[in-house]
Amino acid sequence: MRRWVQRLSAMVLTLAAGSIGALAAGPAAGGSPDGASAPPPAAGGSGRTPGSTLTLTVAAFPAIDEIVRAALPAWRLRHPDVEVKVLNREVNDHHTAMTTALSTAKGLPDVMALEIGYLGRFAQGTGLEDLSKPPYVLGRDRDRFVRYAFDQATTPQGAIVAVPTDIGPGTLLYRTDLLARAGLTEADLTTSWEGFVTAGVKIKAATGAYLLAHARDMKDILIRTGLQPGEGLYFDEQSRPLVTTPRFVRAFELAKAVRRQQLDARVTAWSADWTEGFKRGGIATQMSGAWLAGHLNTWLAPDTRGRWRAAQLPEGAFAAYGGTFFAMARLGDPSRKAMAYEFIRFMTLDRDQQLAAFKSQDAFPALTDAQTDAFFDQPLPFLGGQSARRDWREAAGRIRAFPVHKQDAFAREVIDTELDKVLDRDKDIPTALADAQRLLQLRARR
Amino acid sequence: MRLSLPSFLRLSPRYAPYALLAPFLVLFAVFGLFPLLFSLYLAFHSWEPTSGLGAMHWVGLDNFSFALQDEWFWKSLRNTAWLAIASGVPQHLVAIPLATFLHLAFRRWRNAMVGAYFLPYITSSVAIAILFSSLFSTDYGLINLAIATLRELPLLGALLPQAAVDWLNDPDSLKPAIATIVFWRYVGFNVVLYLAALQTIPPDLYEAATMDGAGRFQQFFHITLPSLRPMIFFGVTLSVIGGLQLFEEPFILTGGKGGSDQAGMTAAVYLYRNAFDFNDFGAASAMSWLLFLIVAALTWLTHRAFRRKDD
Repeated sequence: MRRWVQRLSAMVLTLAAGSIGALAAGPAAGGSPDGASAPPPAAGGSGRTPGSTLTLTVAAFPAIDEIVRAALPAWRLRHPDVEVKVLNREVNDHHTAMTTALSTAKGLPDVMALEIGYLGRFAQGTGLEDLSKPPYVLGRDRDRFVRYAFDQATTPQGAIVAVPTDIGPGTLLYRTDLLARAGLTEADLTTSWEGFVTAGVKIKAATGAYLLAHARDMKDILIRTGLQPGEGLYFDEQSRPLVTTPRFVRAFELAKAVRRQQLDARVTAWSADWTEGFKRGGIATQMSGAWLAGHLNTWLAPDTRGRWRAAQLPEGAFAAYGGTFFAMARLGDPSRKAMAYEFIRFMTLDRDQQLAAFKSQDAFPALTDAQTDAFFDQPLPFLGGQSARRDWREAAGRIRAFPVHKQDAFAREVIDTELDKVLDRDKDIPTALADAQRLLQLRARR
Repeated sequence: MRLSLPSFLRLSPRYAPYALLAPFLVLFAVFGLFPLLFSLYLAFHSWEPTSGLGAMHWVGLDNFSFALQDEWFWKSLRNTAWLAIASGVPQHLVAIPLATFLHLAFRRWRNAMVGAYFLPYITSSVAIAILFSSLFSTDYGLINLAIATLRELPLLGALLPQAAVDWLNDPDSLKPAIATIVFWRYVGFNVVLYLAALQTIPPDLYEAATMDGAGRFQQFFHITLPSLRPMIFFGVTLSVIGGLQLFEEPFILTGGKGGSDQAGMTAAVYLYRNAFDFNDFGAASAMSWLLFLIVAALTWLTHRAFRRKDD
């Protein structure tokens, strides 16, 4: 008897130590690949019985968490028995956490917010629920969304892996006072890209202000214009790199022209020098998502109110800067999926919620229905009373989605590196692009 | 009073070792062995992580052949070698004389001095990175300020850069900046190693040498250095391994990107980025095993180099 007890206690100790280790390593060690052997839903969390509450978990990043929290009172009126728990992480940490959760099928939230830069990456796999299939059949609501945003969430195979909630129609914000001092008009900036640079020279001469924060901004927008049908940003449909095409050559040449004439402040977005540049009028224009006007107004440079205007991007370019989507994991808890989808629809297809997010956080609605509100016609004091939201709405309708490639993040890094060499060390443009092409060719089919 | 457990809680000598070892073994298996084997398994697979664990496909040696063809992998290895040499060699060249000096010159205050040199080693990397980011700042950093002051001096001024150095953004100055931090951080650790070794050298050797008329320098080169040999081997081995695995300092200092023109992207930073930024866990695992082979080979070479002739 005593020996048995001793053996038992040794085993208990071992198991206790083991379970502590396993708990700590949970996400790495566990997880069934297909979810078939997933344990039954735990009591309390799901598997609703009458009278009990169901809790949805929404994983988000700033300021999506605030938008979701602000929507909860209205949600509770419709679903008093469904609690919503909002998890908030820094944007990169959030997406890393979602990658880990999807790869191991552990700790998955019911609803996850995804930023457009990551959506392309996540859509490559099969980790996200395909909402084109029953019971969702989201395709029926396709026309209710801004077209390009919906296309971004649709894979080449036709799966709809996310629902767009906010978008970032590109706009050219410029300092009207600096333009006036240089004797220029808006048309001088927007007619052509070459004209934009020429205007920059005049602005620099007359006011000392830089045309752009960084010459890279010039490259970033120019590689997004003039894409042929079927072309992605860096790769074509057959995964062939496109970085030696005229689109890239022109982008590099114009960026170099900007740098050569010292028209860029050489500061990166969100740095202290960037903010300071806006505050002191050291930067005359900034191409960005419409949301930047809101940021400038509220905290970046509130004192410059009235001196900014918004125009469409030069040379008839239309591009998106950012955008947010809601998605569900394929291996998420099946008992909560229906309600999770209901919640996503509430956030994305409810006109009031979309407008509330726009009013409070400058989250431009992806729902076209919400874009017909009178709010869009209101003048913006920060932009000198301009009704810029109408222009942004028009831009949103004209942006086209292009196919994403799983090596886009790497390609972007390679192109940025080669551009730095061109700008800082006078590397010859054809050589720089050929070097980039070679690096991308090796990686394209991985 | 003797404290005694009830008999059923006592472990028999036969099982006690297993029970007592279990916590370590389990933790080691989960956090040490499992990731090691998992990365070996991954190195032969292609994996789209967001599709779940079931999405792995066997690709044989593809990841390894890709790694060997990848220009950026070689670039990161060159960066690693540069940083390992530029930060590692001075560590020992400074630590040995410094330890000898501390050993001879200080009696009462020796421990306090060693503590001061050791402090950077136990300081958090994040704190160090923040501190050095501000020291290396182009416009407001103390380092550029000091250079600007020294520039005023005759003769020396001509040798110094004439404009403010963009330490963290210019590819040519990023590597020296990182090497400086790594040197500063680990030199104290090596001083401690050498000081411990110095204390084991019998004083009679020095007394006999003095009687024979040997000077300070002769004593250093003929007694101190040969006696330190085993510790130099140990210290150099640690520097080789640490240098090749260099990650934290360049990672934090360059915001996790590796810096302009990837000048600060060490092999460890690159394989991390391959996995988490470029979604290529297979290639990242293959690279980590290639890096392991290089570390093992260099450790073996260090061992050969320090082997006594009579061994």
